[in-house]
Amino acid sequence: MVSLDTEAAPVRQRPWTILERGLGAMGLSGRALVIFAPALWLTVFFLVPLAVVFGISLAVKEFGRPPYSDLLTVGEDGTVQLTLHLSNYLRLFTDALYVNAYISSIRISAVATIIALLIGYPMAYFIARTQDPWRNILLMLVILPFWTSFLLRVYALAGFMRGNGVINNFLGLFGIEPIVMMQTDFAVYVGIVYTYLPFMILPLYTNLVKLDPALLEASADLGAKPWRTFLSVTLPLSVPGIIAGSMLVFIPAIGEFVIPSLLGGPGTLMIGRVLWDEFFANTNWPRSAAVAVAMLVVVVVPIMLMQRAQDAVIERRK
Amino acid sequence: MRRGWFFPLAAVLGFVFLYAPIISLVVFSFNESRLVTVWSGFSTHWYGELLRDPQMLGAAWLSLQIAAISASIALVLGTLCAVALVRFRRFRGRTALAGMVSAPLVMPDVITGLSLLLLFVSMEALFGWPAGRGMMTIIIAHSTFCMAYVTVVVQSRLSDLDLSLEEAAMDLGATPVRVFFDITLPIIAPALVSGWLLGFTLSLDDLVIASFVSGPGSSTLPMVIFSKVRLGVSPDVNALASIIIGIVALGVVAATLIQLRGRPRKARA
Repeated sequence: MVSLDTEAAPVRQRPWTILERGLGAMGLSGRALVIFAPALWLTVFFLVPLAVVFGISLAVKEFGRPPYSDLLTVGEDGTVQLTLHLSNYLRLFTDALYVNAYISSIRISAVATIIALLIGYPMAYFIARTQDPWRNILLMLVILPFWTSFLLRVYALAGFMRGNGVINNFLGLFGIEPIVMMQTDFAVYVGIVYTYLPFMILPLYTNLVKLDPALLEASADLGAKPWRTFLSVTLPLSVPGIIAGSMLVFIPAIGEFVIPSLLGGPGTLMIGRVLWDEFFANTNWPRSAAVAVAMLVVVVVPIMLMQRAQDAVIERRK
Repeated sequence: MRRGWFFPLAAVLGFVFLYAPIISLVVFSFNESRLVTVWSGFSTHWYGELLRDPQMLGAAWLSLQIAAISASIALVLGTLCAVALVRFRRFRGRTALAGMVSAPLVMPDVITGLSLLLLFVSMEALFGWPAGRGMMTIIIAHSTFCMAYVTVVVQSRLSDLDLSLEEAAMDLGATPVRVFFDITLPIIAPALVSGWLLGFTLSLDDLVIASFVSGPGSSTLPMVIFSKVRLGVSPDVNALASIIIGIVALGVVAATLIQLRGRPRKARA
C-alpha cells in the first residue's frame, strides 16, 4: 500500500486517472473505445433496424404476435426454409392509393419548398444586410420557433386558420365571408412553410452574410440596376444556400405526418400518413415496412442529387 | 448600397407570419370562454384546469424524465462520435460512422419509429429483451436520433478548436484522457450545453417516434396533446403551449443576451 501511494503521489489523482488505468487493465485503448461505443450503438439501433424493416417488408400480415409471417421456418425434417413475399411491393405499384400518395407527397413538398424559398430568401437577405445588434435579434427571432414544440406550432396554426379562427374573424370585420382553409391541401402547404421556414432561412443567411459587398458595389459602379445586380451577382452566388435550404425543407416534408393529419383533409394524401394508417389502423406491419422502404428510396434520391449539386458548385469554384 | 422598400417589407411580413399564430394562441389561453376564438374576458381558468389534469401532468413528468435521460445518453455518445470523427483522421469505417450518425438527421420520423419498433419486437422474440415497450424503448429511440444532433454541434466546435493547446498539454506529459478532460472538455463546454439542450428539446417534442415505440401506459406529453387536439381545440392545450413557449422564449432570449455580452470580450482577447 505504501509503495503504491508514493508512486501515485506526483500525479494529481483525478477520476480519469483511474478510468485510464481501468481501460489499460482491460486491454482497451481509449481510442478504440471512443470509436467503438457510438459505432456499436448506431449499428444496433440504426443500421440493424433498417435491415429488419427490409426483412419484414418481405413478410405478409398474419394474425398473432407479432402480426406477420416468419421469414425463416424450420421444417419437420430440420430443413430451414426461407419464405419471401413480394406481394407488398407489387401492391405499392398496382394500388393507386400508394402511387398517388407518393406523387402527391413529392408535389406538396416541392410546392411548399418553393413557397418557403420565396418567403425565406428576402428575409434571409434582409437579416444578412442588417447591422449588428439588430441582426442578432432578428436571427434569434428566426431560431426561437425552432426551439418551441413543432406539434404546438402546428396546433397554433390550426387555431389561426379554422372556420371561426383569427383570420376569418378579421375578414369578418370587413364583411368578408369566412374562407374554408382547414382540411385542405392549402392548409398543408401553409403548415409546411410555417414550420420549416427557419430551416430555409438559416442556410440562406449563412450564405448571404458571406457575400462580399465589394462585388455589389462593383456591379453598381458598372451601371447595373439593383435588380440586375441581384439577378446576376447575388442570386448565382447564393445557389449553395438555396440548395441547402430547399433540401432541409423538402426532405423532411416528404415524410411528414403531423401536418397532413392535423391540417389536411381526408383527401390529403401523404406517404407518412399512409404509413402511419397502415401500421396503426390496419395493423399491417409488413405493408407499412414496404411503404417505408419505398419512402427511403424517394428520400435518398434528392439527397444524392443535392450532394452532387454541391460538389459541382465546389468544383466550379476551384 | 441603395436600400429599397422590398426587403424590409418582406422581412416584416415574414416575421408576422411566423409569430401571429403563436401570439394569438398565447392571448387566447387567457380567454374565459371555452371557445378558443371568441374573446369573452380575461381568465387564468385554463391554467388551473391544466394543473388539475392528472393525465396531462403524468405525461409531462414522463416526457421530462425521458428527455433528460435521452439527452444525457445522446450527449455522451454524440461527443465520443464527434471526437472520433474530428480527432482520429483515419480509421477503418470512418465514412460508415459519419454516414450512420448523420443519417437520422434526414430520416423521416415515421421510418425511424417503425424500424425501431420492428427491431424491439424482433429482439423480444429472439432474446426476450426488451420485455414489452415503454419508457426504456422511448429513451433508446430518442437517444439515437438526438445523438446525431449532438454530434453535429460538438463536431463543428471541435474542428474550430486550436490544436496547439492540446499538443502543449501532451508535450508537458499529460495522457490523452487527461488532455481531453482538462483541456478539451472545458473549451467545448458551451457546445456540450447547447447539444444537450437541443437533444432535450427534440425529445420533449417528438410525437411520431414515441408513438411507435411506446407501450400501454407510457404516453408522452406530445402523444396526449395530439390525441386531444385531434378531436378539436382544447383551451388547456393553449395554456400548456403558452407555458412551454414562455419558458423557451426566456431561455433563448437569455442565451442571446449572454452571447451578445460575451462577444466584445472575445474580440479584445
